[in-house]
Amino acid sequence: MIERPDTAVSSVARNLEGYVGFANLPNQVYRKSVKRGFEFTLMVVGESGLGKSTLINSLFLTDLYSKDYPGPSQRIKKTVQVEQSKVLIKEGGVQLTLTIVDTPGFGDAVDNSNCWQPVINYIDSKFEDFLNAESRVNRRQMPDNRVHCCLYFIAPSGHGLKPLDIEFMKRLHDKVNVIPLIAKADTLTPEECQLFKKQIMKEIQEHKIKIYEFPDTEDDEDSKLIRKIKEKMPLAVVGSNVVIEVNGRKVRGRQYPWGVAEVENGEHCDFTVLRNMLIRTHMQDLKDVTNNVHYENYRSKKLAAVTCNGVDATKNKGQLTKSPLAQMEEERREHVMKMKKMETEMEQVFEMKVKEKKQKLKDSEAELERRHEQMKKNLEAQYKELEEKRRQFEEEKANWETKQRILEQQKLDASKTMEKNKKKGKIF
Amino acid sequence: MSEIVPPEVRPKPVVPAKPSHVAPHSSGPFVPSPQGTGGEGRGSALLGYIGIDTIIEQMRKKTMKTGFDFNIMVVGQSGLGKSTLVNTLFKSQVSRRTTSWSRDEKIPKTVEIKSVSHVIEEGGVKMKLTVIDTPGFGDQINNENCWEPISKYINEQYEKFLKEEVNIARKKRIPDTRVHCCLYFISPTGHSLRQLDIEFMKHLSRVVNIIPVIAKSDTLTLDEKTEFKQRVRKELEACGIECYPQKEFDEDMEDKSDNDKIREAMPFAVVGSDKEYQVNGKRVLGRKTAWGVVEVENPNHCEFSLLRDFMIRSHLQDLKEVTHNIHYETYRAKRLNDNGASGGNRKNTD
Repeated sequence: MIERPDTAVSSVARNLEGYVGFANLPNQVYRKSVKRGFEFTLMVVGESGLGKSTLINSLFLTDLYSKDYPGPSQRIKKTVQVEQSKVLIKEGGVQLTLTIVDTPGFGDAVDNSNCWQPVINYIDSKFEDFLNAESRVNRRQMPDNRVHCCLYFIAPSGHGLKPLDIEFMKRLHDKVNVIPLIAKADTLTPEECQLFKKQIMKEIQEHKIKIYEFPDTEDDEDSKLIRKIKEKMPLAVVGSNVVIEVNGRKVRGRQYPWGVAEVENGEHCDFTVLRNMLIRTHMQDLKDVTNNVHYENYRSKKLAAVTCNGVDATKNKGQLTKSPLAQMEEERREHVMKMKKMETEMEQVFEMKVKEKKQKLKDSEAELERRHEQMKKNLEAQYKELEEKRRQFEEEKANWETKQRILEQQKLDASKTMEKNKKKGKIF
Repeated sequence: MSEIVPPEVRPKPVVPAKPSHVAPHSSGPFVPSPQGTGGEGRGSALLGYIGIDTIIEQMRKKTMKTGFDFNIMVVGQSGLGKSTLVNTLFKSQVSRRTTSWSRDEKIPKTVEIKSVSHVIEEGGVKMKLTVIDTPGFGDQINNENCWEPISKYINEQYEKFLKEEVNIARKKRIPDTRVHCCLYFISPTGHSLRQLDIEFMKHLSRVVNIIPVIAKSDTLTLDEKTEFKQRVRKELEACGIECYPQKEFDEDMEDKSDNDKIREAMPFAVVGSDKEYQVNGKRVLGRKTAWGVVEVENPNHCEFSLLRDFMIRSHLQDLKEVTHNIHYETYRAKRLNDNGASGGNRKNTD
């Protein structure tokens, strides 16, 4: 951001000299939004039989689950399913597309390990859809199906959270706004309820679970209200759509032989608090937190995993907050390092090869020498042999010659004697 | 057995019949007539008063002196009000929570078996009551086989008793630690039984007397209650689970009709409380909410009094007998058969 030091940008409140008209801005926004309509997705999670469907019906004063279309609670599920039902409700010209996501089968099996996985998958898939829609070229229509709020129903045992509750909330608190509720709160007496709430809040803090927190406002009135709500967390609710007559008034409640538990009576349960908070005051805030916090978390995780290909995904988590320049610098450094490493590696390989070759040559030399030696030896041996043979031959020759001479001598002697004889003979 | 049994009611167990000339069946523990179970015996009428019916009084005196044992096991997820109910049933602080009070005890990682014994006395009769608690049942994320420790414990008690029984020199009165009754607490969802409930009851209904109760039933309105009960009964039937009182052990029409009434009302929807409040000038046990007081002993509010009368006032002895004569005998037969040696003979298992 380039700053021009001489003309500093100052937000000094200036008084207007006439009526400009931008005070009408909120109205324009309002009109536009009303035309567009609102969307809100609410997820309810809890074991079956905790009154989730009844509460939804009471909250929105409609029979989402009626006799003809029985809610998931009436159907027995073997595995956890995630079901969504959409309803369009209109009030005072404002139109709300309400999507209720229910999770029948949650926590109902004997073995409930990983029963939160289908829920997590669902939430992630909705984030993914939104991410894809956002990244498209044509973004005219971007339906917002992300889960804005998750109401988690806690069974009114009066003791504390169950291991399943803790596991689920730990896994989902950074994906969606979790609002824990104490279901069927008419089981508890006021004292038990207080103790139970305290116990739950203690456990939530112990396990560092981040439930939805109401934003602090500057307005004194509102902050008082918010503080009161915070003290009552988790809200203990009772649901009912049945209208009963009590002392001449018609109220929604549950009829017991010992009295009527009124749903909308603040002393009986915290239903009105929940309804006001969820619908009348904080619906937009829930959507904003989902958009700004949970969705952004998901998005950065997803994109970081995609861009740095080849690099380990766990390394990315630390780089999420760096600016692009720093990231590029890092990448360059990494690249250089990689190059260096490759170089040294290559050198090493080269050396090794050279050594090998030398060794081979040495070996062959030695081999040749050996052969040479051996051949020489052979030759010498042969030579000796031949010499031997020649000597023998010479000897034989010498022998034979002497023999021949002797023979000749004898022959000569013989002929001489014969001649003598012949001469003698002639006399006869 | 704390009241004098009027002469018309036949006490149990049934011992093989004596020949018919013995006096009418209505007094004494013997069923004399092989002809039938009701009606008059065919024997000759007594010419005077013998005094056989005083045997009941004698039995009563004996029992008062020796006292008797009762072992009850409570099973259910944590937070269903098991300990409170047991305290309410026996109107005293007998549960594990009172001996080791700690509201925020950590949920144990495996099912533990904790038993606490007390001796309570009423009207001269001493009862050694043992409450066996099972913390950790059904509380984990993965509850596979969480009934196994319980099943093992029950069988261990049978084994102990068997060992004592087959001893050559055995005690006059074998200490009875066998579980006579198991109260299974069903969570008041209002819809149906949970998978865990069905599994548990399937595995244990043949080994011990199970009495299912709907816990914390002040959550349910009257309509929801009847609907839920019906559905639970149907499911139990569909799975072939026989809870106490079992149909097959009904001995005669009277039994059957009594037990049928009980079976129709089961599972009992109970509320437990050990605090008293003032209602209409009387002090009652109850739970005080912002819209009224739930009276524990008011039959319009919950069925606690039904359960108590059933378990303690009419069927206490029967529970013990079914455990001894049927469940224990089954175990014993299996064990002795498995041991391989001449079947059924006494031998020193060591």
